[in-house]
Amino acid sequence: MRPVAILGAGMTKFGRSDSTLADLMSEASVAALRDATMGNRSVDAVVVANMGAARINRQTAIASALVDRLNLFPAAAETVENGPASGASAVKVGVQAIAAGMADIVLVTGVEKMRAVNNLEATDFVASLSHPEAEYVYGVTLPSLAGMFARLYMSRYGLTRRHLAMVSIKNHANAMRNPYAHIHQEITMEGILDAPEARVNNPPIAEPLHLYDCCPVSDGAASLVLASLDVVQHLDRPDSVVMIAGIGQATDTHAVHERSEPTELSAVRLAADQAFDRAGVGPGEIDVAELHDAFTVLEIAESEAAGFFPRGEGHVALEQGVTSLGGALPINPSGGLKGRGHPVGATGVAQLVELTWQLRGDAGARQVAGAGNGFACNFGGFGNNVVATVLRSERRDHG
Amino acid sequence: MTSSDALEALLRPPAMDMPPYPPKAITLASGETMVVRQVARDEVPILLEAIRPLLQMERDYYDIVSARLYGELLAYKRYRVLDEYCLAGLINGELAGVVNGRLVDAKVGMSYHTLTLRRGLRVGSHLFAAKMEYHIDILGQEEVLIVAESPIGFRRWMIEYPLDKKHEVQHELGGVPSWVLTVDTYRKAKPRLCAGRRPVPEELLEEARVIRVPEGETAVVQFYGKEEAADDGLQGGAE
Repeated sequence: MRPVAILGAGMTKFGRSDSTLADLMSEASVAALRDATMGNRSVDAVVVANMGAARINRQTAIASALVDRLNLFPAAAETVENGPASGASAVKVGVQAIAAGMADIVLVTGVEKMRAVNNLEATDFVASLSHPEAEYVYGVTLPSLAGMFARLYMSRYGLTRRHLAMVSIKNHANAMRNPYAHIHQEITMEGILDAPEARVNNPPIAEPLHLYDCCPVSDGAASLVLASLDVVQHLDRPDSVVMIAGIGQATDTHAVHERSEPTELSAVRLAADQAFDRAGVGPGEIDVAELHDAFTVLEIAESEAAGFFPRGEGHVALEQGVTSLGGALPINPSGGLKGRGHPVGATGVAQLVELTWQLRGDAGARQVAGAGNGFACNFGGFGNNVVATVLRSERRDHG
Repeated sequence: MTSSDALEALLRPPAMDMPPYPPKAITLASGETMVVRQVARDEVPILLEAIRPLLQMERDYYDIVSARLYGELLAYKRYRVLDEYCLAGLINGELAGVVNGRLVDAKVGMSYHTLTLRRGLRVGSHLFAAKMEYHIDILGQEEVLIVAESPIGFRRWMIEYPLDKKHEVQHELGGVPSWVLTVDTYRKAKPRLCAGRRPVPEELLEEARVIRVPEGETAVVQFYGKEEAADDGLQGGAE
């Protein structure tokens, strides 16, 4: 298999956008293509990650639309829909195309324009990923699944609402340092948990999860230009290059209640194991991680399932500041889904954009010093389809 | 009495005696403290200055809400609406939001508008609750007539409280018929939605004594970004 490098990365600001879906895709793609400085090389294939355009934006075949908008003819084009894991799945498809020798350069763009509908419709559209007969028909939403998961996790491992609030405060603070983040609002323990007014500031959404435990509904796009290493070596590039060192993917039961232990995120564990194995590194060698904190409890649970901390001790690492910017393993320096925002189809790509910037040393005020290996977990469904990716910064061989 | 005084007396509605709104302090999610207090008529010009940039902002119906509020505040300043009042939320003395309304009679109140300048901290929600607190707890009214002019308002008032329909009454703002907050609805919603501490410490009251036009993350800047807001003249000289 041919090694695959990340040649360019770019994204739009996440949040509430007046731009069209095509505008969002184009803005992120152009940013990544400019960043890639490919000389006279052209894009062989375009892969677009998206979950809801057909339903909420009344638009299908959006990869073809992007090729047309950017005049990338005759590049191959396809759209990947894999729920909230669409982004990393699309990157995987791009990597496979290059690794198999079917393409040399692939543009992967994730996009979602969720604010085209109101929050209730957006919540319902995301809930359509749940089991239609066992979950959705009974009114299950992602916040309700996460609420039940959090309650079980708390009873098993001694997690408290204070730990969940710590995740939120950390990720809001990180997002303050990220100009692309949806939420630029610092929050405090007093304001969201301790003060009597916290009951109004931070109302319950799905107990025990409150407003500040849940990611916002966002618009946005993120983009990567992938290339085979031999293409990169013929371009005028810096001495180091960010490589896709390993990708893993695993699935679990569609209905959460069918899992023997619902708090065990086995798809995260299996996907992470595969990614680490393929990258030839272990969790202990990761310098920075982007985890899928659609709900605060998931950051803690995923940090354990991926192997960074023993089961039930993720919240202890959080308490000790291990996962803070400046800690031994900063998690979600971008602000994560909680702070950067969560345009579902774009999130998996945005996680890798952030890691690319981190590994290049281009992450500005949120830079993790000396980051060499990065890990991302893109969590689809409610843990029933997970893609894990390891990125590595490598010295370029000038031959 | 001069003839102009006599004419003014004819133009000015007779005022009802309204007990003042006692100030309160609210800790926001950011950890900042917002003081909610009554706005005097001579403070209206500074509110108008703060609201003026929002008149151009179509997003979330800021244009219509701020334009109407602007007129209502002028009417308050010049005594042209019967028994009107205005409350403001101040963070470090900076205006974070404004609410206003009036008394229809001793038993019935009418909510006018809620305008948030600092978004993302539930400032509007806190101020609307303060307004309901004023009508029910302080003025001792039995109900408040309310309409929403934006989807956010509809979610915050009609759904969150939730309000009852009183569609047989046409609200003074026109548009849709009235909804109503009753004493019973208020009492049920109060633990969830109405917060704040009294008395306000002296140093906080002093900080909130003079209202200042916000210079930081106002709604305009939050929506358009600092550079674009400045380019479009949307900040009204705030920065």
